[in-house]
Amino acid sequence: MRLIDAQWIEWKIALRFLADNRLQSLLIIVGIAVGAAVIVFITALVTGLQANVIQRTLGTQAHIRVLPPDEVNRVPAPADGAVALNLENPRAQRLRTIVNWQDVRDLLDARGELRAVSPLISGPAIARRGVARASVNLLGIDPERYQRIIPIAPDLIAGRFHIEAGHAVIGKELAEDLGLGVGDKLRLDAGGGREVVVDVSGIFELEVRELDARYVYLDLKQAQALLDLPGGVTVIETAVDEIFQAEAIAERLARLTGLKAESWMATNGQLLNALRSQTMTTQMIRLFVGLSVAFGIASVLAVSVVQRTREIGILRAMGSPRGQILRVFLLQGGLLGLAGSGLGGLVGWSLVQVFNTFGPGLFFIPVDPALIPTAMAVATVTGVLAAAMPARRAARYDPAVAIRYV
Amino acid sequence: MSEFARDQEVLRLAGLGKAYNPGTPLEQQVLHDIELRLSRGELTALIGPSGSGKSTLLNVIGLLDSPTAGELYLLGQPTRDLDDGARTRLRNESIGFVFQFHHLIPAFSVLDNVLMPLMIRHGKPRAEDVALARELLEAVGLAEFAQKKANQISGGQQQRVAIARALVTRPALLLADEPTGNLDTKTAETVFELFRRFNREFGCAVLVVTHDPRLAASCARTVQLVDGRIVSDRTSA
Repeated sequence: MRLIDAQWIEWKIALRFLADNRLQSLLIIVGIAVGAAVIVFITALVTGLQANVIQRTLGTQAHIRVLPPDEVNRVPAPADGAVALNLENPRAQRLRTIVNWQDVRDLLDARGELRAVSPLISGPAIARRGVARASVNLLGIDPERYQRIIPIAPDLIAGRFHIEAGHAVIGKELAEDLGLGVGDKLRLDAGGGREVVVDVSGIFELEVRELDARYVYLDLKQAQALLDLPGGVTVIETAVDEIFQAEAIAERLARLTGLKAESWMATNGQLLNALRSQTMTTQMIRLFVGLSVAFGIASVLAVSVVQRTREIGILRAMGSPRGQILRVFLLQGGLLGLAGSGLGGLVGWSLVQVFNTFGPGLFFIPVDPALIPTAMAVATVTGVLAAAMPARRAARYDPAVAIRYV
Repeated sequence: MSEFARDQEVLRLAGLGKAYNPGTPLEQQVLHDIELRLSRGELTALIGPSGSGKSTLLNVIGLLDSPTAGELYLLGQPTRDLDDGARTRLRNESIGFVFQFHHLIPAFSVLDNVLMPLMIRHGKPRAEDVALARELLEAVGLAEFAQKKANQISGGQQQRVAIARALVTRPALLLADEPTGNLDTKTAETVFELFRRFNREFGCAVLVVTHDPRLAASCARTVQLVDGRIVSDRTSA
């Protein structure tokens, strides 16, 4: 209010000039509104779309997986003066445990950048029921920790998420393939004569075919025994808060633990690429729409300055300082930007609601509560900047000349 | 309103000259070595043929334009070296303008137009500002038009509003550039009567550029400008 009081006459003149040129003001406000609506809608749409894609992708995978380092051949250094000719075959990577995984887990638990840490053992097996067989992936987990990374319970379609010795939770596809229901028996054969029969306690549907057909969740100890790695875990999965920091965090974790750390960003390169180009496209659209809005405001004010030459001359003759004239036109630019973007924000928001209500229903677009205020603030600043050139021109008019302008 | 000294100096021009495009091949000397003194009580007509430099002189006196030679003292203060901001302030505080083509701001009401110099100076008008503006509108006979838009009244009325506006700051000097140029004789006489009255009542020096010999003759003092020089300066009894 103090600002308005101090520049009372500037506000009064600016508002009166805008109101006086009603049609001109209205047209440019509609123009700005169209631009602002496009920006608001496309920003909400792309943000919503990306959030949705990320959520779907990361809903079924860990952000960073910490694994034992690959086994490599050690080649002894040849004796002095000797020439060694090596024929080297890459080694088969057998299932191995992370050495001292309890310590690694505790270390990771203590890191604030990780939201959740879940050690697990993962290995292949054959699931059998009667004559039907299916190859599956055994996952021995600590259910409480694991749920913090991939919440399975909400995706259960039958039974409950009950993981303990003698029980397994399996996917919908596998259940259908083997004709299993909750409470039925399932034989798991991990090779080497290690077999076990478990009760199906729950069936989940993650809507990812590969996972629904292959994942079998078991108690950690039971899986360790089946996979012949007593007391071992093959991977520690983690989740982070800042998902786009995952790669940087993974590099830190790898250096810290001496283990291999894979981030979702490294294993989903395609997706990341798509997201980045989408973001860039949106930014380009925003930039160019913003520029055209700015030029629109500038051209309308440039015309207005010429139209008001004589009035500017009168004001100057009556003792209006250059700064006052300058501010009158800067204010008009800002007010046009504010009004146009306010209207445009409303239209953009309505478009999003229409999309959410009547659209294809593929996903829901949330509107960030900061989006419209931010758009309005940016548009207002853009308006003031766009007004700078015409306003300077108005302020520089020679009053003696301007007053004779017809 | 009569505590002012009628012979107090308001304006003094000393060797004042004005050239356009000085120092270039297009240089054009418009005013030569003007000496002029105006005091509070004076109502002066500035006459002369077209192109004699009357409007330029008025613009220089009104601080809308700067002289290229000599000095202009407004209320005893030299003005030549003032910057734009100081000249603007001085113009707002000490000078009132009335132009030939009324020059009101059509977007504003009659009352706002009258108040404009005060609003430019200190923003939102105070109660006493509004009272003064209404008093002046009353004096020019337009009190009932206060809320009308400036372009909804006749030319003669607009010119009277412009006079009220010029006087609202109680200026020491009122400058009028052919204020009756496109008014009919009767309206022109009314406008001149207002100048005489405010000159008397407010003690503001009035300098009027006019083509009309009858109106010029009704002023106590007549200054004639020809080719940028003062050729006669007569004061009638």
